[in-house]
Amino acid sequence: MDYQAIIESLFRGLIGERFIVFALAAIGLNLHFGYTGLLNFGQAVFMAAGAYGLAMTVVTIGPAVNRNTGLNMSESTLFWVGIFMAVVVFPLVLALLMGIPTLRLRADYLAIVTIAVAEIFRLIARSPSLDKWTGSSDGLTGFTSTFYDLSPFTTTDRYFFNLFTGNQFFLVLVGWSILALGTLLCWLMIKSPWGRVLKAIREDEDAARSLGKNAYSYKMQALILGGMFGAVGGMVRAVGFSVAQPDNFITDVTFFVYVALILGGAGKVFGPLVGAALLYAVLDSSDTILRQLVANDYIPESIMSGTQVGQVRFMLVGLGLILLAAFRPQGIFGNKEEMALDDR
Amino acid sequence: MPHTKLTPTAQPRWLRILLGAIVALLGLTAIGGPALAQEDDSGGEGTEEVAPDEGASESIGGVIQARDEEGEQVLLEGVTFIVTDADDNEVGSADSDAEGVWRVDLPGPGVYSVLLVEESLPEGNSLRNPDNNPLTEISVQPNTNKNTLFPLGERTSSGDNTNRVAQLTVDGLKLGLIIAICAIGLSLIYGTTGLVNFSHGEMVTIGAMTAYVINVTWELSWFGSWMSSLVFGAMVAIAFTGFLGYIYNEFVWKPLRNKGASLIAALVVSIGFSILVRYVLLYQFGGRAGFYRDFRIGEPIDFGIFSILRKDLFIIVFSALVLVAVGLALQKTRAGKAMRAVADNRDLAESSGIDVEKVIRLVWIVGSALAGLGGVMFGLTENINWEMGFRLLLLMFAGVTLGGLGTAYGALLGSIIAGLFIQLSTLILPGDVKNVGALVVLILILLVRPQGLLGRAERIG
Repeated sequence: MDYQAIIESLFRGLIGERFIVFALAAIGLNLHFGYTGLLNFGQAVFMAAGAYGLAMTVVTIGPAVNRNTGLNMSESTLFWVGIFMAVVVFPLVLALLMGIPTLRLRADYLAIVTIAVAEIFRLIARSPSLDKWTGSSDGLTGFTSTFYDLSPFTTTDRYFFNLFTGNQFFLVLVGWSILALGTLLCWLMIKSPWGRVLKAIREDEDAARSLGKNAYSYKMQALILGGMFGAVGGMVRAVGFSVAQPDNFITDVTFFVYVALILGGAGKVFGPLVGAALLYAVLDSSDTILRQLVANDYIPESIMSGTQVGQVRFMLVGLGLILLAAFRPQGIFGNKEEMALDDR
Repeated sequence: MPHTKLTPTAQPRWLRILLGAIVALLGLTAIGGPALAQEDDSGGEGTEEVAPDEGASESIGGVIQARDEEGEQVLLEGVTFIVTDADDNEVGSADSDAEGVWRVDLPGPGVYSVLLVEESLPEGNSLRNPDNNPLTEISVQPNTNKNTLFPLGERTSSGDNTNRVAQLTVDGLKLGLIIAICAIGLSLIYGTTGLVNFSHGEMVTIGAMTAYVINVTWELSWFGSWMSSLVFGAMVAIAFTGFLGYIYNEFVWKPLRNKGASLIAALVVSIGFSILVRYVLLYQFGGRAGFYRDFRIGEPIDFGIFSILRKDLFIIVFSALVLVAVGLALQKTRAGKAMRAVADNRDLAESSGIDVEKVIRLVWIVGSALAGLGGVMFGLTENINWEMGFRLLLLMFAGVTLGGLGTAYGALLGSIIAGLFIQLSTLILPGDVKNVGALVVLILILLVRPQGLLGRAERIG
């Protein structure tokens, strides 16, 4: 058994790229579900919007615009435009598309529609007929060089107790900064009068409405802002793996975000951070342990093969959702009075 | 919906939830022993390259498939692929098997090209981008199985005079009937308990896989003919999913109702079960698609403007009969009336002497058994894989919402419309995004008539 590998995976889970990606997505979901009570099951599509917003602007849309208008934007210009598209434009359009038909309806309708929208966009992105724009099932690559050119670290060295390569460490540092900013922003928003209206809508929409608050508009704002956080997460993921691929954003990804959020405590500012770190520490280290057990024949091939190890984490997430929702809906640190997965 | 809590009745029985989960899982693993062939890429979150089999280090492979005029997948057998390395030396070649799968083991990581031998393609098929053959510059990382894709163009139909609209209508009717059979349970469970059951799709998968185990793995049959084996498999599937529905209600949902769990918590629990069961099935059966034995059997029957396979005609007639029977049962029998009464107004039904818990139990059993039956028929038209039910679930939602959530007849009507719409949309849309059409309709209907076609206009905001 390689204990060092196990400990490394534990720490990578606690602070690495996946933690950053899912913590960002969970901050967004916290705005939706934790504070406003929106049952958004399509956070994965907001993440995809971030990934594809950047990748398509740099790789497919940008060059096409250059060709057709005579504008001569360099790749690094396109990259910064791409970030704007990924963080603002794509999630904004998506949130309007999802929110307009459903935000007036009961929570379970929103759940169904968000899951449907997530699937619609994944199927469209996979379709070979749009290969020119989305790269179909292989996705898009080649949009990260501008980012990694900024890195002050050498690619060949390893950093931070040998956990990360230079590029990874740069991404992780940027990711942590975004995460810190995002958490601060979220805290400021929730403390503001605006945030109190969101909570009021969560607790009793009719009461909020009767006090003259336009619940529909507040819900829409929450959906847009939370979607933007999700998009930033998806963008970090795409940059980290250097690819924007439709199957990285399957519906199950949303469920990972839910487990992270509920584990840490929905409706708490630090809930998403704690939850994502715990979730990935558990998933990544158990993954490594299982792989070691399989590789060293402690678990015979007939019971578990290398490919099956990857499926165990999904089962753990499913089991986690069941147990959390049934036994401890407020999460580890949450407040039972404030967040008990109540019907709204 | 009037009730915001799952309905409490008797004393809370707590540990039953966990126990129920374990029992259900044991039931699944028991049937899962013999796996569906080898597995390929399926689990994982997608970024990881496909993990290699034990021993083999690197390989290139893929699945070669075409789409026929209706956009249905056709897997091509006997297509030859030749893999060469960077110096144009041949590394190996392979023919695709009956499921269109081919794979060539490589001597090591590096850059390779793959040539599809066009002469080996079945008649009527051609490459969509002939310029991309051979596929060059495929870089293979250490310890990965690289998958390649050779998109084929629309298969040119050879001299048939079927009317495309009529053909698609028949196909859509078939799909709609299957969705309807699966969706009745979803709608009735919603109507009687208020639960949006995201794990209903897994009942469909379990039904299809139970019949698969009987039909293919164990090759059980009465008289040795494939049909009797499949009929037997379907009967076992119905009994098994009905039983699972009973267990599921008794050990998971009843305790949750008694505890007074909120509908949101219940919905999240059902999602948890959906993902848990889905990946247990993937673990047991692998990621490859399976087919019932002699699944491609039979010559199509020609009706002039459309032609239909014998098995598809059987599916349409049989599903229609099942649906009529369900409709009659709901309309005429005591239990059916009780179900509709509870779905309509729970409190009123209870106060007029209906045993609501009994009705809910019956709804779970019947709904799950119908989903299992629907799964067998869905598996008969397409293929059996671990996420077939989850894919169908979204179409069920489209159908059920279209017809009106919670109404039994609405589910029928909505599902058939959804099925027709999915197939007919291939007149305009490419076949691989045909499901998108139904989901778009779902969103549009919520904009204009959120209560659905047959739903009552009540405040659902």
